[in-house]
Amino acid sequence: MSFVQGLRCRECGREYPTEPVHVCEFCFGPLEVRYDYDAIKRVLTRELIESRPANMWRYRELIPIDGEPTVGLDNGFTPLVKANNLGRVLGLNNLYLKNDSVCHPTLSFKDRVVAAAVNKAREFGYDTIACASTGNLANSVAAHAASAGMKSYVFIPHDLETSKVLGTSIYDPKVISIRGSYDDVNRFCSEVAAVFKWAFVNINIRPFYGDGSKTYGYEIAEQLGWRAPDNVVVPVAGSSLITKIYKAFNEFHDLGLIGEVNTKIFAAQATGCNPVTAAIKAGETDFRPVKPNTIAKSIAIGNPADGFYGIKVVNETGGWGEDATNEEIVEGMRLLARTEGIFTETAGGVTVAVAKKLVEQGRLKPDELTVIAITGQGLKTIEAVEGSLKSPVVIEPKLSEFEAIHKKL
Amino acid sequence: MATVKVRIPTPLQKLTGGLGEVDGDGNTVKDMFESLETKYPGIKERIYDEEGTMRRFINVYVNEEDIRFLNGEGTELKDGDDISVIPAIAGGI
Repeated sequence: MSFVQGLRCRECGREYPTEPVHVCEFCFGPLEVRYDYDAIKRVLTRELIESRPANMWRYRELIPIDGEPTVGLDNGFTPLVKANNLGRVLGLNNLYLKNDSVCHPTLSFKDRVVAAAVNKAREFGYDTIACASTGNLANSVAAHAASAGMKSYVFIPHDLETSKVLGTSIYDPKVISIRGSYDDVNRFCSEVAAVFKWAFVNINIRPFYGDGSKTYGYEIAEQLGWRAPDNVVVPVAGSSLITKIYKAFNEFHDLGLIGEVNTKIFAAQATGCNPVTAAIKAGETDFRPVKPNTIAKSIAIGNPADGFYGIKVVNETGGWGEDATNEEIVEGMRLLARTEGIFTETAGGVTVAVAKKLVEQGRLKPDELTVIAITGQGLKTIEAVEGSLKSPVVIEPKLSEFEAIHKKL
Repeated sequence: MATVKVRIPTPLQKLTGGLGEVDGDGNTVKDMFESLETKYPGIKERIYDEEGTMRRFINVYVNEEDIRFLNGEGTELKDGDDISVIPAIAGGI
């Protein structure tokens, strides 16, 4: 049974039926899914959720599809790791990592949004899935299309990491590499989407796709023992996830599943692409687009579609925004790996590095419960750490050689 | 006065008689939208809000470049320029 009532413009409030449309016809504002929360409240309890399998569909009523899911059935419910070692280094006594670097099946939080989008696209009757991507979304769209037996078209900027390109091509989609930045790819895709009648997950399926992100927030609250944390540090690109995490906590509160939400939301960006955090620091309510130049390619979006709302969430919750340089990003990746044994991609290096700065600034207090969002897998962005790690020591397979060098290791 | 090609997004094509591309006239982006309003009444209130500010979720490109990297609505146009009017699009994290 569906709890979706339709779509509504986030800007002007105009309402639309449940269709593959993403912007308000009148003011171009983004459309959001409207749910029948009263009906959801009558059925959804902690006990019901806990009785279900450990995947994102345990929050089925709050994911905007009508029927039962048919693809992406095992996605989500990733570990919430108590990070004592990293906490000691950062000076945080109550630190957790929400670890989507191991999200099934393509090792990033994008598996959540794509699962929601592909199921909805099937309900709409599409046979082709498409996306504009910085890499993780490409991986996930191609994989889900393969398992759903659908065709897929993936549009990427030309300078992506090798692993993200190969990790897409292996599923045999049509991959189109565009000479330009992600923002160029996005602009181009909106024109493609107007001509080709495909399910573009981040264009005409966007309202449904975006709500898959909420499961990241639901899981944090459930895994903390049904409560919202004091602080969350979130990587920001298009600014969707940061708004959906906050929405997830508030929905859980409104449904009576958790108590008061006093969470401060912190935005983390790369210094080479920081339109949202720059606006927050300057006290602005909207951002100015930038031309990205950072190793954190998964979050290199200079023209963030939801940037306005991301800034708003940070300001309303009393959070803050910070950014990290390329060197700080690599150091953040290395710090997380050597303290917690988790290898994250560059975006995770950004959140760790930014959390460190926020502690130094006194914005994250030692005893508060802080969650750092880890959204992707380090093996996909190997290039970032190449050259900054110790090389293996090469010896002959002789005990004498090893004895000669082992004290120097 | 410059004559340019303007690509019209789907939601506005009802105002242009279904045309996805129309000619626009004007020496700046702002002038060009003014001239479109005389040809296709109603288009201006879709691009600009009540205070006369361009709506937040509309991106305008001149020859593939976002006008916010140029001179905004004051960006000068020359004959044959390509203008795209595109709603903001989600992506990334």
